[in-house]
Amino acid sequence: MNWTQLLTDIAAIIAVSAPLIIATMGIYLSERAGVINLSVDGSMLLAGMAGFAVAYTTNSLILGFVAAALVGGLIAALIAYLGVSLRISQTAIGFVLALLCTDLSSFLGNPYVQQTGPAVPAWPIPGLATIPVFGQLLFSHDAVIYLSLILVPLLAWWIMRTRSGLIVRGLGERPDALFARGIDVIRWRYLMVIIGGVLIGLAGAAYTLDLKQGWTYRHMAGTGWIALAIVIFGAWRPWRILLGCYFFAALQTMAGRLQDNTWQIPTQVLQVAPFVVMILVLAVVNCLGAPELQRWINRLPTPLRRVIRFLTSPAPAALGQPFIQQ
Amino acid sequence: MHVSIQQLNKSFGSVRANQDITIAFAAGQIHGILGENGAGKSTLMKLLSGVYKPDSGQIFINDQAVTLGTPRLAVQIGIGMVGQDPLDVPVFDVLENIACGLQMPNDADIRQQIIHWSTTLGFPLQPDQRMRDLTVGQRQQVEIVRLLIAGSDVLILDEPTTGITAAQVAALFAALKTIVATGKTVLFVTHKLDEIVALCDTVTVLRAGQLVGTQLAMPISKEAMLTAMFGEFLTHPQVPANPISTDAPRWQLHDTLLHDTTFVLGPLNLSLPKGMIIGLAGLEGSGQRVFMHHLAGTAHPDRGHVHFNGQPLMRANPLVAWLPADRLHEGIIGAMSFSEHVLLMRDSLLAPHQTAHTKAAQLIEDYAIKATPDMPLQQLSGGNQQRAMLALIPESAQGILLEHPTRGLDTVSAMAIWQRLQVRRDNGATVLFFSADLSEVMQYSDAVLVFFGGQVSHLLARDSLSEEVLAALIGGVGFAEVSA
Repeated sequence: MNWTQLLTDIAAIIAVSAPLIIATMGIYLSERAGVINLSVDGSMLLAGMAGFAVAYTTNSLILGFVAAALVGGLIAALIAYLGVSLRISQTAIGFVLALLCTDLSSFLGNPYVQQTGPAVPAWPIPGLATIPVFGQLLFSHDAVIYLSLILVPLLAWWIMRTRSGLIVRGLGERPDALFARGIDVIRWRYLMVIIGGVLIGLAGAAYTLDLKQGWTYRHMAGTGWIALAIVIFGAWRPWRILLGCYFFAALQTMAGRLQDNTWQIPTQVLQVAPFVVMILVLAVVNCLGAPELQRWINRLPTPLRRVIRFLTSPAPAALGQPFIQQ
Repeated sequence: MHVSIQQLNKSFGSVRANQDITIAFAAGQIHGILGENGAGKSTLMKLLSGVYKPDSGQIFINDQAVTLGTPRLAVQIGIGMVGQDPLDVPVFDVLENIACGLQMPNDADIRQQIIHWSTTLGFPLQPDQRMRDLTVGQRQQVEIVRLLIAGSDVLILDEPTTGITAAQVAALFAALKTIVATGKTVLFVTHKLDEIVALCDTVTVLRAGQLVGTQLAMPISKEAMLTAMFGEFLTHPQVPANPISTDAPRWQLHDTLLHDTTFVLGPLNLSLPKGMIIGLAGLEGSGQRVFMHHLAGTAHPDRGHVHFNGQPLMRANPLVAWLPADRLHEGIIGAMSFSEHVLLMRDSLLAPHQTAHTKAAQLIEDYAIKATPDMPLQQLSGGNQQRAMLALIPESAQGILLEHPTRGLDTVSAMAIWQRLQVRRDNGATVLFFSADLSEVMQYSDAVLVFFGGQVSHLLARDSLSEEVLAALIGGVGFAEVSA
């Protein structure tokens, strides 16, 4: 593998992971506020389909993305109503909506299958795109990819450094404490779930209008589930989630490259491999956090222990638990 | 800030938690709120801090009627409450925990305020410490500082000395005195008389949801407070008590230190004889439950052993039966029938259903339970559930532990329960129970253990006590003389 090839691959990884990053950031917001949106996979499909359909019909990219954001936001609002207001199991709601939206996208998307619609144009940033190495890696993409690059530092700053971010973190940790401080827990949770849903919707359109243009049945089926897994892998920390997204995209790119090679590995195996690796990594990371293992981990040398501790930070304490006002 | 309450009422279902409470708390003073568990102290404080909405009545702040009912309103008005389990966020550091929800925009200002208040009050707080690394006492200090920074003029503290060290109690008391010196008002909820004496300017006593008399200005005697808490003392028709025997004891504790997450009891040296009914007397939360856990073998002492029949108790022992107060959650499986419970008790998992059914029908008749063998137990009345739990104690049980054995039962059911327990005692079982009802303790115990201040008295013969003496001991008056 030569230098140019490597650069191309890394640029590709950054590009390919854009929708994944946008979706994981949506999940991140919602889960930081204590609400699980398990419908991500279905939401992305339905929003992606809607975005493509609107953009195809009106020939307007902007309207396409707006439609996708609306669909994602509406599904999230439904989840908030059922899970936060009515306090129905968020897991159950999420699963049902994931399945429903997936089938709905196949049904409603029928007229648009295999059509060619508008696509997000490449937009190398003048002046910056010509910088050696970095220009190719970071500044020769399109608007969607730039969004994915800005989103993580932006959210990391908001959630970890600002007062309102502090409230969002508190919502996922101990809503009772925030309620006692006079904060409207229900309203904040609605807000965060819906903003998260909007991002998830945009991620769907990022596929159909940009990185995997067009619409087919179950266009990017599975990505939503992987996004949920990556948030767990990233331990609800934005930079680690970003790392997880790039890791998964790298696995996929590697799988793609191996297909060109002389090794006689069936294509199906390579396509599925990133998912399997992701699950294994998740299992190992989760195992490291198990209380039974702490005794052994404590015997390891300090630097190794630090790495393990970094990998195993716990989920928001109130994740998935409804808030019951006394 | 001057707080007054008029004709305040709050009910939960048929329970009237607060009835016609009318009272005023003057500014610049520490007001003690005293009462047994279930007297309605917490409800009153939750009404003031906006957690509950009153059914009727008015609250006045500086003689102006205010609407409460959400914490947000209480925060705006300047009423803040420190709960027994402080409402903080464990993963936050002190600064974040205080900043969360605060109007003050600048972190540097908050940091300065934290340092200012912790110096003034003598709390050793660091803004960068993680909340989860702090003790309950330190978390309480953070909570007080937070409320002061948020501008609270009325501080409510609910049983603040539970689970904190003596040094922290001293620091807390000094801090509260400093706080009221600035014109703020402190409401101090407790059931510990010593604390009222040491700290408060006035005391208000609640009993069964009602105000007892009017607000009393300190100093008043502990005896007067106890009379107010427990009401008139009755003398009971005395059932002859079994004498304390000294032969082979059921339970034995030698220099044993018991504990749960927040509470330490002991070191204890006790020997509990067989064939007795022993009442555990003490204000709720004085360690009775910790004691029972250890006697049941479901908790293990920090130091020493609990011996049962001469053997160290390492795990739950089938010869010890425990009937917890929360019947539906800890005692029985509500959705399962009596015969299914009998089936669960059988030694063999393969016992035929029919045998269990027959056995269940027999027990139902023996214990006069109003149920069929196939009725889910949650459909039974409290008294029948309690009888069912008693019936499920195997004949072989040698130790029976009960929490509030007759709470919520009518007199007839209560008497039926006690008859059964007396039969068990006469057959050699040792029965331990705790009850908030002093007259029940006096009426049915052969001997009494008094719990106070993390210590347990030695075994006191019932006949050597009266309800009055017992009430005094519970409040710590004369406890030193009987302490083991």
